[in-house]
Amino acid sequence: MHSLKAITALGGHEAQVDVIHGLTITECPDWAIASVAAQYKAEKPLATAFKKAIGTTLPKPMQSKGKDGITVFWTGPNQYFVEAPFADNEGLADRLAKALKKTASVTEQTDGWVRFDVQGVGCSDVFERLCILDTRGMEKGAVSRTILEHSGCFILCRTHAYFSLYGPRSTAVSIHHGLVTAAKSALG
Amino acid sequence: MTQVNRLKGGLINHAKPLNFSFDGKSYVGCAGDTLASALLANNVRLMGRSFKYHRPRGPLTAGSEEPNAIVELRTGARQEPNTRATTAELFDGLVANSQNRWPSLAFDAMAINDRFSNFLTAGFYYKTFMWPAAFWEKVYEPIIRKAAGLGSLSMQDDPDAYDKGFLHCDLLIIGAGPTGLAAALTAGRAGANVILADEDYAIGGRLNAETFTLDDAPAPLWIASVLAELNSLPNVRTMSRTTVIGAFDHGVYGAVERVSDHLSTPAPDKPRQVFWRIYTKRSLLCAGAIERPIAFENNDRPGIMLASAIRSYANRWAATPARQIAIFTNNDDGHRTAADLIAKGVKVSAVIDPRTDAPISTNVEVLAGAQVIDTIGRLGVKQLTVQLADGSTRHVHCEALGVSGGWNPNVHISSHHRGRPEWDAQIAAFTPGKDGPQGLSVAGAATGIFSTAGALKSGMKSAVSALKDLDISAKPIKLPKAEDAPVNIKAFWHVNSGKGRAWLDQQNDVTVKDVKLAHQENFRSVEHLKRYTTLGMATDQGKTSNMGGLAIMAELAGKTIPEVGTTIFRPPYTPVSMGALGGRAVGKNFHPFRNSPSHKWATEQGAVFVEVGNWLRAQWFPKQGETHWRQSVDREVIATRKSVGICDVTTLGKIDVQGADAATFLNKVYCNGFAKLAVGKTRYGLMLREDGIVMDDGTAARLAEDHFVVTTTTANAVSVYRHMEFCRQCLWPDLDVQLISTTESWAQFAVAGPNARKLLQKIVDPKFDISNEAFPFMGCGAITVCGGLRSRLFRISFSGELAFEIAVPTRYGDALMRRMMEAGEEFDVVPYGTEALGVMRIEKGHAAGNELNGTCTALNLGMGRMVSKKKDSIGSTLSERTGLNEPDAWVQVGLKPVDPKNAVVAGSHLMNKTGEVSAKTDQGYITSAAYSPILQSSIGLGFLKDGGNRKGEIIRAVNPLKNQEVLLEVVSMHFYDPEGELLRA
Repeated sequence: MHSLKAITALGGHEAQVDVIHGLTITECPDWAIASVAAQYKAEKPLATAFKKAIGTTLPKPMQSKGKDGITVFWTGPNQYFVEAPFADNEGLADRLAKALKKTASVTEQTDGWVRFDVQGVGCSDVFERLCILDTRGMEKGAVSRTILEHSGCFILCRTHAYFSLYGPRSTAVSIHHGLVTAAKSALG
Repeated sequence: MTQVNRLKGGLINHAKPLNFSFDGKSYVGCAGDTLASALLANNVRLMGRSFKYHRPRGPLTAGSEEPNAIVELRTGARQEPNTRATTAELFDGLVANSQNRWPSLAFDAMAINDRFSNFLTAGFYYKTFMWPAAFWEKVYEPIIRKAAGLGSLSMQDDPDAYDKGFLHCDLLIIGAGPTGLAAALTAGRAGANVILADEDYAIGGRLNAETFTLDDAPAPLWIASVLAELNSLPNVRTMSRTTVIGAFDHGVYGAVERVSDHLSTPAPDKPRQVFWRIYTKRSLLCAGAIERPIAFENNDRPGIMLASAIRSYANRWAATPARQIAIFTNNDDGHRTAADLIAKGVKVSAVIDPRTDAPISTNVEVLAGAQVIDTIGRLGVKQLTVQLADGSTRHVHCEALGVSGGWNPNVHISSHHRGRPEWDAQIAAFTPGKDGPQGLSVAGAATGIFSTAGALKSGMKSAVSALKDLDISAKPIKLPKAEDAPVNIKAFWHVNSGKGRAWLDQQNDVTVKDVKLAHQENFRSVEHLKRYTTLGMATDQGKTSNMGGLAIMAELAGKTIPEVGTTIFRPPYTPVSMGALGGRAVGKNFHPFRNSPSHKWATEQGAVFVEVGNWLRAQWFPKQGETHWRQSVDREVIATRKSVGICDVTTLGKIDVQGADAATFLNKVYCNGFAKLAVGKTRYGLMLREDGIVMDDGTAARLAEDHFVVTTTTANAVSVYRHMEFCRQCLWPDLDVQLISTTESWAQFAVAGPNARKLLQKIVDPKFDISNEAFPFMGCGAITVCGGLRSRLFRISFSGELAFEIAVPTRYGDALMRRMMEAGEEFDVVPYGTEALGVMRIEKGHAAGNELNGTCTALNLGMGRMVSKKKDSIGSTLSERTGLNEPDAWVQVGLKPVDPKNAVVAGSHLMNKTGEVSAKTDQGYITSAAYSPILQSSIGLGFLKDGGNRKGEIIRAVNPLKNQEVLLEVVSMHFYDPEGELLRA
């Protein structure tokens, strides 16, 4: 076990949680992410290998699928992100690379992103002040790219009152500022 | 006595008085008042001075179409010029001031302009201020701006916040009058996602200003019941105080919601306004109609208003501009005003109607076939001169005059995509054309359906029709019984009498004479008329004036009004504040910041940061006692070169390249060879654009046969990734290559200096041998550090020293930096910032952003031979262009001053030692310069003609802008360790 102590994207040793007018914005550092991109003409073998490895089929465009705490979501043509609890999956990318050998290129993305979970009935009131995405129209499991605080992000709809936002880790402070500011502005 | 002109009833709260001031005088209004209605209730009709002639003016309207009552609101940083008193909601403590007058509103010295009106006609500026040309910017324009009717800015930062937002709907309904409400109810009940927006703070539109009943009950009751139902529907969003300002492409509309304009200060954390972009599947314009005036001599005196506005003030705001009012109308609607005023106890002197068959009234004298030909009253109308049907004249006493020339459907937004309105002779007005914005339909008074019953029906039917396009089945709703009076109008645009001025555009001081002059001077296109006279060009966009101008133009040209046509309608419908357009992107939030993994640690060290794109990078780390940045930077350079320094280089772009064809792909993207790069090795690479110009440089490390990590410059991280994706997807889609950015995933630090290895040996786990033999220059590989953390190590050097770059997952970057600083204590390790980085790379002669400036070739950089001719790569062929390969092409060289006391200044141009200094004799320019504490001299890099063959030559660096000339010696660009022995140690 190594001896380096991690910090979160917002710079703390604990995840930041903000509760604003009934909306909870939670920094979520405890998730490992790996990107999976199908190799040339290997889409079908990848689908088979992925089902075998994770236990779920690959999602359709702008969708996600979950199994046993692991979620896979579509990020582009034949490209996916797999997220899994960090504690048990710090080596997620290596594990997937082995399982999907010769069907996909796998890259660790864990620390490329900051995840904020936004929970509460006012989720869409907040997102509509931040991005073009119609979150009210998103069904459970839907995923979309969007621009938020000038940064390319993903938004996953867990339920109508629970969204996960993935943004570039280095912009975590700006994205967090945007979320908190919009929540204070739109709610209450 | 206050509020002498306050009436009973209305929709205001008489029990809630509000204090406010206008031009320093205190008044009392009521909750629900606008500033204009409150002032009128207090018998104040004079509210402003006109733009050009400084004529005394009062409100013409009761809405956003107002041209005259333009005031400054609030004080201090919130001072806001050019605001319409007719839409400004009254709040307790409101401070309002008139503008464009000196020393006072009642006595304005600039009113002298009015005396010279014969000279200040249309085109006056163009004709008068042509000579001398040099006077325009410094003399004429400042004087004109000072004299013209603009409010003043506080020159302080706006203390309020503004939001931007995005909305989506099936149907956007613009306007919440009877038409919009009927449409919203129809669509809302059908389950469609509906947005109902209205600029007014009270939903109901014209119904709020009339005495009509709906189902035999007062209209406000019907409005309240509809509103209650709409608010209960989760699929309907009703937005008052929200002006839809324009139709943009693909069904997108802009709207400004005035969240806090009606408050003295916004509530904590709340915005002043929100600028919404509304994405619609269909839209329905229910914007109603705007009454138009009639032009006659001196028709601009305070108290002369649109008849419908006087009716609105009386019925909605329980205010009257005066206790004795006359009406001048060419249509039946004007008679309604007289009837309503009489019912409210206001004396109506007479109704003057140019129609000989004007309706007869038992309550008021109707002068049929008569016209108002002049008015009297310096600061407010006192008397009318009326020409009767028999040609005789008669004076009519009044303190206000309601004028109605008919109603213009509000076609503005329906014409935003160059849609051309169509003429409807029945109502003598333009109605929306058929070529409006796609997906937009128009209903109610905006299409010329002026009765309430017609509007309700039109709104309902239009909603059903719009939703049918979306396969949403909407059923007709039961509409209330409402008035259904026909339109009875005789077109009448202006009174043809008198030699005085009859005003068309009161905001821009354009008269009937100005239009005639424009025609006389051959400005006969309607667009030329607009530009020459400024008709319709001000903040009101000519909403009350354009039709009059067009009608007169038609008369002069012998054409019909539709033949003359209209000018182009453009967004915004009403003025939009800069704050709303800027949203939250102001000040330090103008753009997001990207923090590097060691940002927190660097902040603790007191680092000075510099913005590099969005990144904040430590520029240098000041130590106690250092009073100048150079002291810090010199120390960092010397310490690094002497022992070891650490720099956070995470910001450089990192792109993961995988796939069986990864090497083939990179061989095509880079101009130098990569196919044979061994696993575990890194190579410097140069990327060219298709035109042969250098795009970026960096390194590619081969971690496995099918796996590379490419680095880019910080500035080009995104553009290089985009370029590579384009190549992958579009140029060579049959290659097995997968790309993804890992810039953010890995915290990467340069560890440079003679003791770099010793320091890292304390960090890298012992099983990994990083000796020179086991891990030579340009080596790379996966390792572990600090007891098992996965890491990557690259033996690359930008500083010219023995150096490594070590990468760990970003979350551990902060801890690694701290650990390395601890481990390096015995070596006097220093952190170094971008300045020291820059000094060392110049000492080493490495190109960076200053050199990779989008104009240089590999040859210019002294790397011409890197462009491999053994393969094809992007830019390779076009780099062979003759023009890029002249014998005297610029080549990067090193430069140092002949006199060490002198400095090399970046940006200076290079000239021969003697001879002319001109663009023709230009020999090149200096791209980078720094003080080298190692060489104890200023040094620089630059592009010099035939630079490869001019070493030892003395040349001049010139800066003609500052009259500077410095003699420089051309030297090798490798100032430091030219043989590269240190970095291979």
